[in-house]
Formats: sequence, C-alpha cells, structure tokens
Amino acid sequence: MTPPRAQLEVEHIVKHFVTADQTVTAVDDVSFSVAPGEFVSIIGPSGCGKSTLFNIIGGLTGEYQGRVTVEGTTISGTHPAIGMVFQEESTFPWRSVLDNVAFPLEIAGMGKSERADRAAHFVKLVGLSGFERRYPSELSGGMRQRVAIARTLASEPKILLMDEPFAALDEQTRVLLGDKVLQIQQELRQTTLLITHNLTEAVQLSDRVLVMTYRPGRLKRVVDVGLPHPRDAEIVGSDAFGHTVAQIWHDLREEASRGIAADEARVLEGGRR
Amino acid sequence: MSALTAGGSPWPARAFGVASVVAAFALVEALIRAGTINAFIVPLPSQIVAAIPRIVAEEHVPARFWQTTQEVLWAALLLGTVGVGLGVLLYRYRVLRLATETWVGALAAAPIVLMYPLFLVIFGRSATTIVMIGFAAGLAPVILKTVEGLAGTRAVLIDVGRSFKLSRRQQFWKILLPAALPTVFVGMRLGLVFAMINIVGVEFLINFGGLGQLVNELAERYDLPGTYGAIFFVVLTSIVFFDLTERVERWLRPHR
Repeated sequence: MTPPRAQLEVEHIVKHFVTADQTVTAVDDVSFSVAPGEFVSIIGPSGCGKSTLFNIIGGLTGEYQGRVTVEGTTISGTHPAIGMVFQEESTFPWRSVLDNVAFPLEIAGMGKSERADRAAHFVKLVGLSGFERRYPSELSGGMRQRVAIARTLASEPKILLMDEPFAALDEQTRVLLGDKVLQIQQELRQTTLLITHNLTEAVQLSDRVLVMTYRPGRLKRVVDVGLPHPRDAEIVGSDAFGHTVAQIWHDLREEASRGIAADEARVLEGGRR
Repeated sequence: MSALTAGGSPWPARAFGVASVVAAFALVEALIRAGTINAFIVPLPSQIVAAIPRIVAEEHVPARFWQTTQEVLWAALLLGTVGVGLGVLLYRYRVLRLATETWVGALAAAPIVLMYPLFLVIFGRSATTIVMIGFAAGLAPVILKTVEGLAGTRAVLIDVGRSFKLSRRQQFWKILLPAALPTVFVGMRLGLVFAMINIVGVEFLINFGGLGQLVNELAERYDLPGTYGAIFFVVLTSIVFFDLTERVERWLRPHR
C-alpha cells in the first residue's frame, strides 16, 4: 500500500534573523510533512522558532531557505489553501459574530444571503448558535477564539494552521475547547498543524507531535500519539495519555532547561555591558 | 458593554446632570442677589432666561443659529474629508509623516484666529473666511489622531487581512479604517471644538452675521442678559454638534 500523498510539505527550512550585533538562526533545516486529514502539533520551548515556522508556512515571513508545498505545489506568500488562526485575539471588534465569520466569504465576493447562510453553518459548527448578532466585546476569550477558528474554517482552507490559539485561556477552557477543535477536525477531516508549547494540548489533539530543540530550532523527535479516536477531554486522565506526555516531556525538559539557561546567560551578559 | 448593562437606566444620571446645572444657576442667582457677585458684570440667571425669548424675536436668532450651524457643518465636512484624508496620506507615506508631523503638531497650538486678516485677504469678508479659519483651526488634531489611529491598528488584525490575501484597498477599508475609527472620532471631536471656538470668534471679530456677531452687538449695547442669552445659543450649537458626532459614531460603530 502506498502512503497517502502529503498535503503539506515543509522542506529544509532555514531562517536567520540579523540583529545589530549578530545573526541568529531561528529555524535550522526543519523538514516534515502532514498527510490529508492528519492533526500534527509542533511543540518546543519558548524561543525555539515555532512562531517563525508558523509565519513561514502561513506566508507572513519571506526570505528563508527551503520550501513549503501544498499538494506538491510550492507556495510563497499567503495562500488560500492555508487558513491561519493566531495566538492573539484576532476577531474584528466592529463586526458581529456572524459578520466576523462571513469576512472571508465577503472578500471572496459571495452574495449577502449566501454568505450569511454559510457563516451561520460555521458559527453552529463551533457551538456559538444564538450568538450570531453579538459583538466580540460581549463574548468570553474562549468564545472569541472559537469565532476566529470559525472565520478561518469558513474560508475552507486545505490546511488549518494554528499558533497557540488557546494560550490566553485558562486550563479548563483550554481542554474543553481543544475537545471542540478535535471534534470539528474529525468531522471535516481537516488537515491541521498546531503550534503549541502546551504538552497536554499537543497530546490531546494530535496524531503526531514534532518536538523542536531550543535555538536554533531543529526537529528533535517525532512522536506518534497512539491514542484511539474519537477522543474527548476524558482522555486526559488515562494512563496512555500520561505515558505519552511523559515521553515527550523527557525530550522537552532538556530543551526547556537549555532555554532557561540561555536566557539567564543573556541577562547576565546584558548586565555586564 | 452597553451603558444599560453596565449601569442600568441612564435617566437618573441625565436627571442629575440637569439638576446640577439648575443648582449652579440657583447658586449664582443667590450670590448675585446677596451682592457677592457684581450684578453689573454678571446678570441674574433669571434675567438671562427672560432675555432669551426677546433676542429670539428681535435679533433673528434662528437665522443666526442656522448660519453658525452651517459654517460649523461645512468646517466639519472639510475636517472629515480633507483632515482624515491628510491623516491617511501621512500614515501611508512615512517620509511625508516624518517631514510634516512636527509642523502639524505645532499647528495644533497655533492661535489661528489671529490670522483672520490674512484669511480676509484671501477669501474676502464672507462666510468662506469663517469656515476656512474653523477648518484650519481644527485640522491638526484630526490629522494627528487619524495617523495615531491607523498606526495603532493591532498587528494581528493586519496579519488576518494578509492571511485572507486582502488587496491594499481592502486592507484599508475593511481593517485599518474600522480599527482606527475610535481614535479618528476623538480627533474629529477635538477638531470640531477648535473649529467652533474659532468660527464664533471670527464672527465676533469681523462682524459678519451668526451668533458671534450677535454676542458682539449685544455686548456693545451693554445688554448683558441678552449677551449671555446669545452665548446660550452658542452652547446649544456645540451640544447639537456633539450629539450629531455621537450619532454618526454610533451608526459607524454599533458595537460601542
């Protein structure tokens, strides 16, 4: 049996940042692929280049080495095949929930009534029916993030790319929202790449977890999450879940410690100048 | 969150506001009658109230009110189009901003009204002079606040626009301008205040109709109750424009 063709391929990505006194390699020769319908997470300590990778794949950052392909076609810049969900709160405060979700459809030139119907479908999908006419300022942080996810899904991207979308939420909301995202991903068979620093989230949601090293960001290890589908928040308490988390933490702890040591050294060096 | 959900009905607060004004007038009335405030300088509030129907009938207040209102309206339209437009240009072209921002800032503090002879030479003794002085006086805050609002748009909202491949025009109309609107309206309000002060001031100075001229005429006749009655109509114009700006903002920003 031939393996499924990758929907997203990231090949030998290298990204340097030039500062006043040095050149920092943020990402160093990172390659991986994501199959159709697969949920892959990239996890790593702060400063490992996860967000840089997110920006490169999403097309927000240029001038890097390597290439990103979607279904075999090399892409540069932002691309309709890749829908992005950001870490920061990104709903438009001047638009209602329905108008936020309809935004990409409006840009695509869809008629008003048709896009309202389509948007309502995605609002329902993220469990916000009844809130269509509310404004983001009237919603909780978790609800606003669901609006942002629905807006991205409404553009029907081939790949959903998320950068720590639950980072600003409390732990309970995070687990339950993760549950919702996984349910939607399974329902749509949505290819998803999640950038996170949260171990529980990565294991709860993913088919595979890619562990990155501290700066320069390289792929340290790929962990297949063998937990059965369908999963829900209950799985967080299972032995198998704990075992997988421990396995990833073993790799991550070393990198996180390196990150902390490097930060301390930088502060000390700055103090000596 | 709406005012209703935040603090219940707004009517008690409004009633308190009106009651405060009435109480202040009553206090002034009492102080004048007691001789603490000189009655030759400040007329009794009751005399001012009594003078209002008289000046309305004898001094063509509705026509003057309409003239001043029209001048402020034209200045407001110019501020909203030219002022905001210049702000957008300064945001769009960094070199232009660096070259002119200091001058625009200085313009905000300049006593434009003192340049009225120059405006008279350029535009003649006409309503255009008054409108242009009002416009020039209100221009700086509108430009500066427009630039500030556009530059303050959260980077993530711009990234959302980029992720949906918005054109530059779409990025402006769909994201930058709506995001900047709250700050743009702060600039418009400030600009309108400056414009109004200058418009009434120039009407006063060049004796060319409007409420400013009425204040001048009544003061020269030493009709103090009438003068303060005319000032009441100036305040009324200000209230009308404040309310109008509020309504426009509520229409453009229903989520406020």
